[in-house]
Amino acid sequence: MFHRKSFRGGAHPPEEKHWTEHEAIQELPLPEIVVIPLQQHIGAPAEPIVQKGDTVLTGQAIGKTDKFVSVPSHASVSGIVTAVESRPHPMGTNLLSVVIESDAKDTWTKSVKSDPAFMELSTEEMKKRIQEAGIAGMGGAAFPSHVKLSPPPEKPIEIALLNGVECEPFLTADHHLMLEKTDEILQGFQIIMKILEVNQGIIGIEKNKPDAIQLMKDKTASYNNMTILPLHVKYPQGAEKQLIKAANGREVPAGGLPMDIGCLVHNVGTALAIFEAVSSHKPLIERIVTVTGSGIESPKNLLVRIGTPFQNLIEFCGGFTQSAAKLINGGPMMGISQLSGDVPVIKGTSGILVLDEKMAKLDLERPCIGCARCVDVCPMNLVPSQITTFVEYQKIDDAYRMGVLDCIECGTCSFICPAKRNLIHYIKLGKAVWNERQREAG
Amino acid sequence: MEHKFYISPSPHIKDSDSIPKIMYTVAGALLPAGIGAVYFFGLQALWVILMTTAAAVISELFCQSLMKRPVSITDGSAIVTGLLLAYNVPAEVPLWLPAVGAFVGIAVGKMVFGGLGYNPMNPALIGRAFLMASWPVHMTVFNTVPRAGTISGIDAVTNATPLNVFNQARDILTNMSEHTAEQVSEATQIISQLYGFSGNLFFGRVGGCLGETSVLLLLIGALFLMYRRIIGWKIPFTYIGTVALLTWIFGGTEGLFSGNPFFHVFSGGLILGAFFMATDMVTTPVTFKGRLIFGTGCGLLTVIIRLWGGYPEGVSYSILLMNLTTPLLDRYTKPKVFGG
Repeated sequence: MFHRKSFRGGAHPPEEKHWTEHEAIQELPLPEIVVIPLQQHIGAPAEPIVQKGDTVLTGQAIGKTDKFVSVPSHASVSGIVTAVESRPHPMGTNLLSVVIESDAKDTWTKSVKSDPAFMELSTEEMKKRIQEAGIAGMGGAAFPSHVKLSPPPEKPIEIALLNGVECEPFLTADHHLMLEKTDEILQGFQIIMKILEVNQGIIGIEKNKPDAIQLMKDKTASYNNMTILPLHVKYPQGAEKQLIKAANGREVPAGGLPMDIGCLVHNVGTALAIFEAVSSHKPLIERIVTVTGSGIESPKNLLVRIGTPFQNLIEFCGGFTQSAAKLINGGPMMGISQLSGDVPVIKGTSGILVLDEKMAKLDLERPCIGCARCVDVCPMNLVPSQITTFVEYQKIDDAYRMGVLDCIECGTCSFICPAKRNLIHYIKLGKAVWNERQREAG
Repeated sequence: MEHKFYISPSPHIKDSDSIPKIMYTVAGALLPAGIGAVYFFGLQALWVILMTTAAAVISELFCQSLMKRPVSITDGSAIVTGLLLAYNVPAEVPLWLPAVGAFVGIAVGKMVFGGLGYNPMNPALIGRAFLMASWPVHMTVFNTVPRAGTISGIDAVTNATPLNVFNQARDILTNMSEHTAEQVSEATQIISQLYGFSGNLFFGRVGGCLGETSVLLLLIGALFLMYRRIIGWKIPFTYIGTVALLTWIFGGTEGLFSGNPFFHVFSGGLILGAFFMATDMVTTPVTFKGRLIFGTGCGLLTVIIRLWGGYPEGVSYSILLMNLTTPLLDRYTKPKVFGG
C-alpha cells in the first residue's frame, strides 16, 4: 500500500498561528449571563424543559428531544432562567435559546460524578452517556457524536481516526488541548475505539505542531493500538475526507460517508468531551476557544462555558484594537462573520477571530478570467469557476451536474481566486436552491 | 457597540494575487521582447508598441463609456492586448494600422461579449486576423533589416522571413521535376543554411513581426510567468512538442523524419504564441486534460497551415480556432470528482 500522505489540491494560506501558539489555556471567569441555544448541532432542535424563573444547576439539562439525531442542551452555570426566547446565534440566524443569570456559585448537578470503572461499561451505556452529555462534533460540523458512533451493522468500522490537524489558520484550540489534556483525549479515543470495536486508531496532526506530535507519540507508546500520523501542512488537511485520504489512501465515495469505506473521524475536542461524559457523566458545557487575530489586544486560548457571549471573551483578551473591523465565529477559511459580540459561544465555536481593517476590507469582485486556480486547488476535484457561473445564471441543473453537492465548502477556491469572486457564497446558494427544489418536488 | 463589522461570506482571507497584478506581471514579462524589438528594428518599433497599447486602452475606455459600464482600463488587460497585437505586426507598418487593429480587437473581440472574462477568442489575435484580411501587404512584407542580421536569417536571401524562404525552397524540392537543376541546388543550399543558422533565430537576428524574433527574450519572460505560476506548462509544452514532432516527421524535404524541428520551433510566432497567447486564461480550457488537448490541437493546426496551407505561418489562426473549442473541451474533460 503506497500513497502520498496528503491529498490532491489544497493551498497554503498564511498560518497565523503565532498569535496564540504559546498561550497556555486560561479559564475565563464565570459569565454573569449565558445564552444557550437549543440547537447547536445538526439534526432536530431540542425542546426547552425549563421556563422563566426556574432555578437551574450547572450541568442540568434544559432542552431535550426524543429524536435520535439530536442532542440535549445543558445549563453551563447555576442560576435562574430569565428568558426562553429567540436570540441571535453565531450561525447567522435567530434561534430559541435559554438565558440564565448566574448565581456565581457554580453549583453542579448531583449526577456529575466520576465512575472509575468506565472502561468496563457496555457500549450501549457509553453511547447513552455520550448522547445525554449533549456531545456534537466539536471540529465544526457539530454532528451528534452518538449517531456517528452507531454505524449500521453492514458497515463495520476498521479504522478510527482522531483529527488533531487543525488546518484552519489562526486557531490553536485543538493544539493546546492536545498539549494540556493529552491523557484525557487518548482515553476518549480508547472509548471511541471500544464502542466501534476497532483496534486500529490513527491520530492525524499537522507538522506545524511538533510539540503536540512528540507528546502524543510519547503518551501513545504505552498503548499498542494507536499511531500518530504527522501530516504535511496544507489546507484543508483537516477536512474529514482529505484526512482519511492522507491516512490510508481511501476515498470516501462522492455523496457517501466515511463509514462507507470503514473509517470514522472524530475531533480531539470531541474525544475529550466523550471521555468526560463516559467517565463522569459530565455534559458538554465548556470548550476551548482561541480568541485571536489582528483586531484583538492580547490573543489567548480560553476555557469557556458554552453560552458565554463573545463580548466577555473579547474583553478578557484586552478588548478590540482600534482597527478591529471583522468579527468571526471560527477560523478565517470557514468561519461566519458576525454583526456583534452579543452572540454566544456554542459547542462548535473553535475560535473567535477579529481581523483589522486592512485584512477585513472587502475586495472588488471582478469577472472570472478562467485562470483555473480554483480548479487546481479544489480538494474535491471540482471546477468551482463553472459551478458558480451556473449558479449565478440560475442554471441549477448544470451546477448539480458539475457536482455542486460534493463541495465541502472549505473555501480554498475563494481564497485563491485572483478575481476575488465569492465562489463559496454561490456554491452554498446553489446547494440551498437545489435542496429547496428537491423538497418542492417531494 | 462601538465597533461596526464587515459582513461577508467565508473565507475571510484572500490570496494576494489579483487580476491587475496578473495582467501587469504578464505585461512585464513581455517587456524583454519589446526591448529586443526596439534594439533590432529601431525606434519605429517603439512607436508601434506605444501606439498599439495606447489605442487598446483608449478603445476600451471608449467602449465602456459608450456602454455605460464601469471603466476598468486600470486592470491591465487592455495593455496586455495592445502589447500582444504590437508584437504581431511588422515594424514598418504605418502607425494607424495597429491602432485600427487594437480598436477592432478590443471592440469586436472583447467588449461586445461583455468585456474581460467573457470574450471567446483572444482579442489581440482578432485584431491581427482583421489586419491580415484587410491589409495583407502591410502585414506580410518585411523590409526592416534587423540589427546585425538579415530578414531571412541567412545571407543568400534578403527579402523574406525564414518561414517564407523555407516554404519557397521546400516547394522547389518537393516538385523537383518542375524546376531546373540550378534552382534545386540553390534550394537545397538555402534549406541547409536555414537549418544551420538557428542561432540567428534564437537570438533574434531575423526579420518578422516585432515579437516573433528573439526566442531568448521571449523565453526569459515566459520562464518568469511560469515561476510566478501565471502560465502553466501544459499548453506551451504540448503545443511546441506537437509542432516539433510533426515538423520532424513531415517537415523535411527528403521524405518522412527528415525535418528540422528546431527550425520550426524557433521561427515565426510559435514561441510568442505558445507562451503568451495560447495561454490566455480567458480563452483556454480550465481543466487539466482540456489544456493538453488545447495545446496539442494548436500544434496540429499550426503544422498543417505551415506545411500545407496557404500562409507561411499559422500560429495565430490555430490559436483562434482552438479558442472556439474551449467551452466544448471544458465540458467533456470535467475532472472526476473526489470519491467519484
